[in-house]
Amino acid sequence: MREIRQLVKVNSLLRRLFVIVPQALAVVTALIATAFVLYLMGRNPWEIYYIMLFGSFGDIYSLGATLTQATPIIFTGLGFMVAFRSGLFNVGLEGQLYLGAFAAAYVGFTLTFLPPVLHIITAIFAGALVGGLWALIAIIPKIKTGAHEVITGLMLTYVAILLTSYLVNYPFKASGWAPYSPFIAESAQLPRILPPTQLSFGWILAIIFAGFVHVLLNRTTIGYEIRVVGINKEAAVSAGININRTMILAFTLSGCMSGMGGAIEVLGVHRRFIDLFSPGYGWDGIAVGLLGNLNPIGAIFAALLLGALRAGGSSVQMITGLPLDIVTMVQGIIILFIAAPMLYRSFIKKIGENRYDD
Amino acid sequence: MMIEINFLALSAATLRMATPIAFAGLGGLMSERVGVMNIALEGMMMMGTLCSAYISYVSGNPWIALIVTALVGAVLGGLHAVLCIRFRGLQIVSGFGINIFTFGFTPFVSAIVWGSRGTSERVVGLPTLTYLGLKETPIIDEILGSQSPLMILLIFAVILIHIALYKTSFGLRIRAIGANPKAALSSGIHIRKYQYTCVILSGIFASLGGAFLVLSVANHYSTGMTAGRGFIGLVAMILGKWKPMNVFGASILLGFGDALQISLQGSGIPVQMIQTIPYLLTIFVLIGIVGKIVAPTGYKPHAED
Repeated sequence: MREIRQLVKVNSLLRRLFVIVPQALAVVTALIATAFVLYLMGRNPWEIYYIMLFGSFGDIYSLGATLTQATPIIFTGLGFMVAFRSGLFNVGLEGQLYLGAFAAAYVGFTLTFLPPVLHIITAIFAGALVGGLWALIAIIPKIKTGAHEVITGLMLTYVAILLTSYLVNYPFKASGWAPYSPFIAESAQLPRILPPTQLSFGWILAIIFAGFVHVLLNRTTIGYEIRVVGINKEAAVSAGININRTMILAFTLSGCMSGMGGAIEVLGVHRRFIDLFSPGYGWDGIAVGLLGNLNPIGAIFAALLLGALRAGGSSVQMITGLPLDIVTMVQGIIILFIAAPMLYRSFIKKIGENRYDD
Repeated sequence: MMIEINFLALSAATLRMATPIAFAGLGGLMSERVGVMNIALEGMMMMGTLCSAYISYVSGNPWIALIVTALVGAVLGGLHAVLCIRFRGLQIVSGFGINIFTFGFTPFVSAIVWGSRGTSERVVGLPTLTYLGLKETPIIDEILGSQSPLMILLIFAVILIHIALYKTSFGLRIRAIGANPKAALSSGIHIRKYQYTCVILSGIFASLGGAFLVLSVANHYSTGMTAGRGFIGLVAMILGKWKPMNVFGASILLGFGDALQISLQGSGIPVQMIQTIPYLLTIFVLIGIVGKIVAPTGYKPHAED
């Protein structure tokens, strides 16, 4: 009897492990495909991947860069995940991130009378609030007229990027030629935890929030409602769940996460708002959410991987001159492979379960 | 502050900027008519800009560039179709995979070919209609003379798709698939064949929209030059209720926002504010004019299984 129980335990562990098989395969295939492209271009893919690996984990500087890059995309990834779990696509993460970042910077350089910790909390809260409100604008039309949240989210992203660009080029431009806002007060700066790298306390906040989202989704009524609405709307109705309210809540929370990511990037890394500062952290959130198998803890690992790609990609750019955009390409290929779970279905038919089955 | 707008020039610009949106809108229509949502239009369009610029740069012949661009668009459309139909992928995820790939691929190639991830060198563009023999009729020439032969192709495509959809058995089957895939299957229609054809056509249209931006507007490639026009095309499709003629009309409305944005540049208003016009117009159209949105299909390409 005990042996059987043990066997069952091992089996369930294996099942859990096999859940990440499609994700792992997607990453490996994407790297192979990119290596092939590099080879066709006459570059040595091994050399480039070696530089990339060293540039992401090779020494303390690289490690700091990897973790710094991973911080905002944990937040956007969590944001994508919360919305996706309720059956919605938040692809306006990039815009919410920009506005959240600006709101945090604004609090950072105006409300200078606040004491240190309170100032940080206020700034992060402002970022979350503005990000959430921007997401709210994208989701309300969905409820009212059925306008797809993907399209409103995307349009609002363009507006948000242009709007922050206007704010930092005109009313809130610091002296000098570059489109920067003034620096935030010292009381609003998140402490750096691995000098001389830019890694800030924001990294720890990101881990804490991943845990928070995990609890929210799996241990609370709201999380339960979000998951039920995502899986089966009819079941949700008969369970007495208010679908519209739940969707609005999940989507707004998603925007809050993204806005918070932007806020923490400003408070921890740049210490001011820089025009067009994001290299696409919002888009990374989509990849992180999917690669993390829609699991908040998975998001941390996925963000580490993508952060490592970005940090390593910067080294590659410095050493070989290959543009950093190669990282975005790899991400795109990863998403394409994750999009098609049937590709791997024959591998994992029996042992793995798949979340994208509808 | 006095803003002077030349109405003839503005009409010409509206027609010009409606063209890429209409191409994307037609692409979206073809794809969604058979139940595949194509959010990858933006990426396909972006690939169209890169490809047409590169081929025109290398060969010096914009017509060859146009053909190759259409082929590349077909390949991307085919990829989306295979992922969504054969492998039953989530359509939005697959679409964003293609979009994000091109967000990276286009500046990457631009940097390698032209040494700048931002813009290309000048490439040979398509001639305008004036050069192709439009007579010197004053007003018509001012509006149409500066247009691209691609606009004529677009109008042909709109009419052709309209006839195909409503007057042929091919179109009848497509509409049947869009309305009810299960019923279509049980009446013996080879659903997949139609789905692949339509999604591949969708990729071709979107990439031609990109080629238009390079070969008929800018005469060079620049990263991000599509500026969401693929997505705006989807709104044109929704506003046009998935009907080709109406989609074309909707594109003209949305193209007006773009034309207004271009003609207001340099008027003293901060450029970022002006650039938000097309997106704000799109949002207002989407939530204000459209009303309740009813798609012709449940977005389920594999409902037959």
